[in-house]
Amino acid sequence: MNDIAFSVRGASKTFGGVQALEDVSIDVRRREVIGLIGENGAGKSTLLKILSGIHQPDFGTVLLHGEPVKFRSVAHAMRMGVAMVFQEQSLLPNISVAENIYLGNEGTAVKHGFYRWPLLRRRAAEKLDAIGSQVSPRTRTEQLSFAKRQMVEVAKALATGESSHHEPVILLDEPTSVLEAAEIKRLFDVIRELKKRASVVFVSHRMEEVLTICDRAYVMRDGRCVAECDPASVDVNELYRLMVGRDLTDGYFAEDQQIPHTGEVRLQVSQLTGPGFADISFDLHAGEVLAVVGVQDSGRETLARALVGAASVTSGSVTLDGRVVRFRSPADAVRAGFGYIPGERKTDGALMGLTVEENLTLAHPEQVMRGPVLSRSLEQQKVADWVDKLKIKTPSGSTPLGSLSGGNQQKVVLAKWLVDPGLKVLILDTPTRGLDVGAKADVYALVRQLARAGIAVLLLADSLEEGIAMSHRIVTMRDGRISAEFECAPGARPERTAVLERMV
Amino acid sequence: MAPDLLSQEHEVGNAAGASEDRSRGGLWARVSRIERVPIPALAALALIVIVFGLANSTFLTLANMQALADQSAIPVVLAVGMTFVILMGSIDLSVEGVVAATSMVSALLVINDRTHHHLGLWAVLISVAVGAGIGAVAGLSVTRLRIPSFLVTIGTWQIGIGIAQVLFGGQPPVVRDRELLSWALKTWLGMPRLAFVALAVVLLGLWVQHMTRFGRYAYVIGGGEDIARLSGIKVARFRTLAFIVAGACSGLAGVMATSRSGQGAVANGNGYLFLTIAGVVIGGTLLTGGRGGVLHSVVGVLIMVSITNGMILVGISPYVQQSVQGAIVVLAVTATLWRLRERLRVVK
Repeated sequence: MNDIAFSVRGASKTFGGVQALEDVSIDVRRREVIGLIGENGAGKSTLLKILSGIHQPDFGTVLLHGEPVKFRSVAHAMRMGVAMVFQEQSLLPNISVAENIYLGNEGTAVKHGFYRWPLLRRRAAEKLDAIGSQVSPRTRTEQLSFAKRQMVEVAKALATGESSHHEPVILLDEPTSVLEAAEIKRLFDVIRELKKRASVVFVSHRMEEVLTICDRAYVMRDGRCVAECDPASVDVNELYRLMVGRDLTDGYFAEDQQIPHTGEVRLQVSQLTGPGFADISFDLHAGEVLAVVGVQDSGRETLARALVGAASVTSGSVTLDGRVVRFRSPADAVRAGFGYIPGERKTDGALMGLTVEENLTLAHPEQVMRGPVLSRSLEQQKVADWVDKLKIKTPSGSTPLGSLSGGNQQKVVLAKWLVDPGLKVLILDTPTRGLDVGAKADVYALVRQLARAGIAVLLLADSLEEGIAMSHRIVTMRDGRISAEFECAPGARPERTAVLERMV
Repeated sequence: MAPDLLSQEHEVGNAAGASEDRSRGGLWARVSRIERVPIPALAALALIVIVFGLANSTFLTLANMQALADQSAIPVVLAVGMTFVILMGSIDLSVEGVVAATSMVSALLVINDRTHHHLGLWAVLISVAVGAGIGAVAGLSVTRLRIPSFLVTIGTWQIGIGIAQVLFGGQPPVVRDRELLSWALKTWLGMPRLAFVALAVVLLGLWVQHMTRFGRYAYVIGGGEDIARLSGIKVARFRTLAFIVAGACSGLAGVMATSRSGQGAVANGNGYLFLTIAGVVIGGTLLTGGRGGVLHSVVGVLIMVSITNGMILVGISPYVQQSVQGAIVVLAVTATLWRLRERLRVVK
């Protein structure tokens, strides 16, 4: 029996002369979880956009249950039973969960323009039950955590998909990129539930996840589908080789580049207290990487914001090079030699509509000024310098930042602080989140380089591995307080279980 | 390595992340989360009533309650219509113009001293339809011509004034229709009949807000128009409808204004724009859309009217009153937005 639910045959797509997708064919069988893995820029998001109806392929066909289809829009694809769970969530915060699940698709739950609430809520509850979520359909959506909202999003995709005649195909676009490990585990349970009534396409750049959850995986590189593999018979190293086209070296975290710091205290935080954190004390030395790890709501993000003057402090002190500093705004902190990379690159870290040049000189325009005026030539020269130094892949300095890949965007954001020769302290909130492996390795190497140059780095690590491997010292935060501190010399790193114990 | 990583942290997460789920927090947490009831605005209203009640013994008398009801009726009706427009993130500045026009239309169509019409209830319906028509012009200009509602409704405001002036023709029509005059003059259960008209509009507004697609989509569109579009919702249609509803409410308010003043007058709408928008905003409906509701706006209007009334009673100089009203709006908005205050919040 032919049980292929959804497939693409020979799809190609070019954007302004760039071949984003070249002759890609994939099949999704009924009740199968398909992995789609590749580095950022490998073409998996373009493929997903074709599958979900955002783009049309230039060549090639999309087949749904054996019939060729042309999706005119996302809404059209959804009506046909192909529903996408977007990375940036598409739920409205100010209405109830039930309304969100059936938004624009209320069916008989709205009769002649009038709501039949009990029916709507019952149906929403059924969908939530189907994926094992405990969320109440009456809850206003903004009251839910990100992870729970994602469950609602999946329920919504299921509801939309099931309004067609066939079993739905659910497309999950990097659903794990902003989830904590425990939440990822929950999501996997949901995917296993989904599998009983739908086909799933799971997009990720994390190899472990694809190996854990998928029945079959397609590996993409440079716009092509380079391999189809069976997770049962392939390992991480093999997958990495397929994705990147070269072997995984021991240099991922650039551990051989870690050197002991000089010992001179750069930043001394003592008994710092504010909304969301309390009694925080630590020293940060010049040339040291100090990792802060903690679960969601451990208070570390707020602490980072407070250190750069973006959140308020009620008591305690911060001493920079022996002098007490008190920042009323991030501008004060920047003037004192602080750099800060926020966790949300797309909204807080960079201006996607501005050019690479404008972003790079945003925080320290004085570096490209002659007297009171900005100098175009100086700006171009400086930017070209940094683009070269950090190997930022961009067509030119006047390219909008938004059109670069995530890794290159993050390098620009880092460079924004590096242009300041007076940079003393760099606070990095999960700088590698959402980056692909290659770009992560680049960022790690860059952090090492900065530390060697004497900059004090406070790293809010994205994963425990990252925190342990990257730092000289690691502090764990729990409920807004520091719960433990571990020395982290190369070769004598703490066990992850020991660190984990102090996080929860 | 990988599966082991995940399973370990799973146990950890379960221990740490006991969640709200389908059983929710304490009573107060639940009450404060219910957005359908404007708790802060109600508290403010209660406070105002207590303060003025203590300051002046006449404030809480039946006669003054009647006066309050009489003064609130028109802005309450206006605020109900305005709420749907503002929920969608638009604004309707035309209320005074539409009230002027429909006040004149209704005065000329009932028994009066200038024309020989005596359409009675039909005059009310026609006035409401005229208001809805002006609203439709505004709504279609916003959605089809894509002009910001702020500008469009300044235009329809003046159009309304223009219509009123043409109909005015130098001499105000004095109403002789006893039925219409009785709306303002006679009472039911001790309250002016106009107040019951307003109450009916409020109840209808609440029902529309909660039970109809139009009402719910007002929140959807105000909360995220792009998401609404992606979900296949015909945003333009609902937005136009909101302006029509607001126009219809203004039309009814025009009739009520005629009833109160006993004549058609261009000035019948004066002062209502400030009162309506201030009321809507004080009640907690955000001008950016998606938050608040009919009940919020009504409570906001009651706050504004009580303050105006109370200030007169306690003898604050009429020259100062207007500034005090303005200051209260600024204060109230500050209080409403206080919890959203954050160092990096962008304010334009």
